[in-house]
Amino acid sequence: MPILSRTLERLFFLAAIGSALLTAAIFLLLCQLGKPLFQHGGLGTLLCSPWNPGHGQYGIYPMIVGSLSIAFLSVLISFPFSLGCAFFITHFGPLALRRKLLNLVRFMTSIPTVVYGFVALFLLVPFMREYLTGGSGLNILTASLMLAVLIAPTMIIFFVDSLQRVPLSYRQAVDALGGSPAQQLLYVVLPMAWPGILNGLLLGLGRAMGDTLISLMLAGNAVAVPTAMTQAARTLTAHIALVMAADFASMEFQSIFACGIFLYLFTALLIVALRLVGRLSPRGL
Amino acid sequence: MGRLLARLLPGFSWCCALALTAAVATLVWFLLRGGLPAFNADLLFGGTRAIDALLLRRQVFDGLFPALFGTVAMVLLAVSLAVPVGVAAGIYMAEYAGGWSKHLLSLVFDVLAGIPSIVIGLSGFALAIVLHRSFDGRLGPCLLLSALALAFLVLPYLVRSTQTALEGVDPLLRHTALTLGASKLQNIFLVLLPNRLADLTGGIILAVGRCAEDTAVIMLTGVVASAGVPDSMLRQYEALPFYVYYMSSQYTGPEELQKGYAAAILLMIICSLLFVLAFMAQRRLKSWLLYR
Repeated sequence: MPILSRTLERLFFLAAIGSALLTAAIFLLLCQLGKPLFQHGGLGTLLCSPWNPGHGQYGIYPMIVGSLSIAFLSVLISFPFSLGCAFFITHFGPLALRRKLLNLVRFMTSIPTVVYGFVALFLLVPFMREYLTGGSGLNILTASLMLAVLIAPTMIIFFVDSLQRVPLSYRQAVDALGGSPAQQLLYVVLPMAWPGILNGLLLGLGRAMGDTLISLMLAGNAVAVPTAMTQAARTLTAHIALVMAADFASMEFQSIFACGIFLYLFTALLIVALRLVGRLSPRGL
Repeated sequence: MGRLLARLLPGFSWCCALALTAAVATLVWFLLRGGLPAFNADLLFGGTRAIDALLLRRQVFDGLFPALFGTVAMVLLAVSLAVPVGVAAGIYMAEYAGGWSKHLLSLVFDVLAGIPSIVIGLSGFALAIVLHRSFDGRLGPCLLLSALALAFLVLPYLVRSTQTALEGVDPLLRHTALTLGASKLQNIFLVLLPNRLADLTGGIILAVGRCAEDTAVIMLTGVVASAGVPDSMLRQYEALPFYVYYMSSQYTGPEELQKGYAAAILLMIICSLLFVLAFMAQRRLKSWLLYR
């Protein structure tokens, strides 16, 4: 019996350590395969030069700009909207509807990304083409709008969670003083729940940065540096998906490992930021 | 300023709630309108007889069956790879790890959970390149590789759901068996895990859903637009999410497009069924097990 139990305990340990090591191994594998690229010109030129394979330039700067602008724009659209929905669920909605909206939001998390993209391609894109942006309708704004819908459930669930964790006694105190639900929200709940809100915001940003399908299907995938919201752009994730077809040994192909490394580091930094925000929260809220 | 905001806030929040509901309703309505006409016997099996296709006696060429088969096979493979490791690591995190090692490990798992799925797919592909070089071209992108990458994608969710499930056990219950002389392992397998079976199952079902819907990982690790039903794990295969993606850009006529709609509906039905199942599992499984 002791042998069996010791073996099992060792297996648990191995599973945990193994998974953690594999996480590091991914990073090393990406670096290893992207190595020729670093030797070619150094990290600085890689991150800052344009994408122009015809002239031997394989910089991923346009993709970084594309990724960041689409991600930030979608968070900018989604944040107030998600906050409004979260307020509805915790404060303003009729009791019967609150639960229904929360269930709808949970259901939204189960809708596959590719389905969002598919519907947007045949519904939102023609609309944008006809009425708002002109051109092909495939641009940063279209992708950001759809991405905003995609990341809304993540944000709403986090917001609701952190708003509800404010102690009931505080909220009842406002009620007893004759405050309206909106006043309660503005002056008591929000000032206490903001670390949780920030947490949800950062998670939404992470999801927006990491999403592939929406930007691949809707952003137009142009390799030039975008200068307006109505222009097409290519994200790092879409770049990885698109260059796959090319030849293994080419510099073009190796640039996708630079994209992978950038995305990996961005994620890691975001998670560390989330941890720091977690420390800020007062009294374990 | 504050007073104005307080007056406007309820209206704003109503608008947001309505807009969200409208968005989801539009999405579902649009899919159903486009895809329902294609829902008939031919959708899955095309011209082939259903029984021949199901017994894998004959390949299906113009139906969704190979894609459905590929998705199911890939998900089953990925989940059966990920669940033992994920649950074991979760048990370690909840019951054995402590101090700085627990902090470090949970940070690593959080990073893993946050890595974009396309990067996981890329590393799967990188692995395929390495294998391709060392095994002389016999191994490349295939079903098994996709399953491995997907297993890795859902691993952190499984670890986290197992860990939180175990840590949520009532302290009274946690210590009862131990004070009666049970070993730590007996306590885990006979008390803690059965007590949290519902949460565990819910977590696993959600992982299944995550595998079924993912497109980015598989498009780098072996899915193709037409491969038929694969006859081994080392073959390329078709999958529903990729079919939807492929149809969205490569359709040649209204009939193919309608099939794309139908595939999207099918995928959504599968994912929402899994989701409802997970939801019910977390609530009902316990009572179902107790009163059976």
